[in-house]
Amino acid sequence: MRVPRYWRNLPFIYRLSGWRCVECGAFHPVKPIVCSRCRSSEFQEAELPKTGRLIAYTVLKSPPKGYEEQAPYIVGLVELDDGTRLISQIVDVSEDELKEDMRVEAVFRRLRSNDERDVIEYGYKFRPVID
Amino acid sequence: MGRVYVAGVGLTKVAEHWERSLENLMAEAAVAAVRDAGVSGVDAIYVGNMVGEVLQEQAHLGAIISEAIGMNGVPAFRVEASEASGAAALYSASMEIAAGRADAVLVVGGEKLSDGLAEEVESALMMGGRNDQVAAAGASFLSLNALLYRLYIRHHDSSEEEVAMFPVLSHEHAAGVPHAQYPFKITLDKVMASPYVAKPLRRFETAGIGDGAAALLLVGERLAGKLDSPKTELHIAASTDYLSPFDREDPLFFSALARAANEALRYAGIERGEIGIIELHDATSIMAALSLESSGFSGKGQAGKMAHAGEFNLNGTYPVNTFGGLKARGHPIGATAIYQVAELHLQLTNRAGKNQVDGRKAGMAQSLGGVAATAVVTVLKQA
Repeated sequence: MRVPRYWRNLPFIYRLSGWRCVECGAFHPVKPIVCSRCRSSEFQEAELPKTGRLIAYTVLKSPPKGYEEQAPYIVGLVELDDGTRLISQIVDVSEDELKEDMRVEAVFRRLRSNDERDVIEYGYKFRPVID
Repeated sequence: MGRVYVAGVGLTKVAEHWERSLENLMAEAAVAAVRDAGVSGVDAIYVGNMVGEVLQEQAHLGAIISEAIGMNGVPAFRVEASEASGAAALYSASMEIAAGRADAVLVVGGEKLSDGLAEEVESALMMGGRNDQVAAAGASFLSLNALLYRLYIRHHDSSEEEVAMFPVLSHEHAAGVPHAQYPFKITLDKVMASPYVAKPLRRFETAGIGDGAAALLLVGERLAGKLDSPKTELHIAASTDYLSPFDREDPLFFSALARAANEALRYAGIERGEIGIIELHDATSIMAALSLESSGFSGKGQAGKMAHAGEFNLNGTYPVNTFGGLKARGHPIGATAIYQVAELHLQLTNRAGKNQVDGRKAGMAQSLGGVAATAVVTVLKQA
């Protein structure tokens, strides 16, 4: 990803920080012009909870460009404690240790390798919560 | 609104055409459609293509095609709507006829995926999702399909053997089809034994990488009566939805497809039961099942069971993918929807060869962009 594009998405990719619609409560990673759910245009900065549960997962063996070194990797559908759903990589766990409904938490990781024009990208991934 | 007719079709074989360019493939299909219709010229050209800017570093495909087929001077544009780009071009073209502005419009869809490495193609196809956020996870189109597949099996108490019947069905119908990329049968055992690409999705449950181009020649009422070529009547509708299926109330229901299908049937003035052939967007097995259920041809969680019962065979209630669908005819992205509609046209004008389904008066083609964030549905009726 080119630098300016990466830079403007940092609050969300680093901290899960974005904007919540004052009218209907929907979360948006980047401040929208109008809310896609209710068309209201009033938003408050909000940070998503960093824990949730794993709804479903898969192990991806045919990676897109920039992810070749990580493959195979686990892609999960996570429901955060406030109900927001995110797609994220699930790390620090092997496939046979994964269970649906498992508690997961956000961690800060390197996202992908780039060509030399670009910055090294970092951001959130999720891992199982160890009790 | 004036009526819109399909009066000509042109298809290239779907294959890895190493020695040929995107432009060359599209020109072949375009010229074939113009000749099939028997017209001497057209009033406009619409081109459907998704990833030419990435894999061929080529934009401006409208002017490129008008030049390549010797029709400089004709207005020509490329239309893009992810994997539904061909259908979006068809939609735009048919509006120009319906509005009475044009008598003959050429629609060409084309894609050339073999110019990219596998990971470049995966990346290019991810452009159909919201890339700023989803790409950060490396969540490709196939991984999103795998997550839907998991939810589907769990929610409906279905099985992989049920869903994996769709590639078997598509290959059954592709056997011996000259323009199909994979014109042979495969068994359910073979599908189930193929390696996972994103568990539970297996390699043989996904469309392959191929190149191809297809074209349709559309005409309005003024010209239709003067042409000898066989014609079908075209009705088209489209809708949109949240980019991510997981932002929707029910990720397992493609509401954009449901809306577009209902609208297209209403424009055509026919009931769902009068549809005799369905061309599905089976980019993956799970998309085939979800499409049939969302468009009302199967109950929820029932599509795989109906496939096993033979309901979608050539002699079934709703013959599906009569030339092999995306899985076996092939899925050259921007061309796919044009292949679908061209195949319906061949069926309804009794030119489908050994795959001819007799006694059907209408057919439906469903084209989806991304994970059904765009849906374009075309209904063809015998003219």
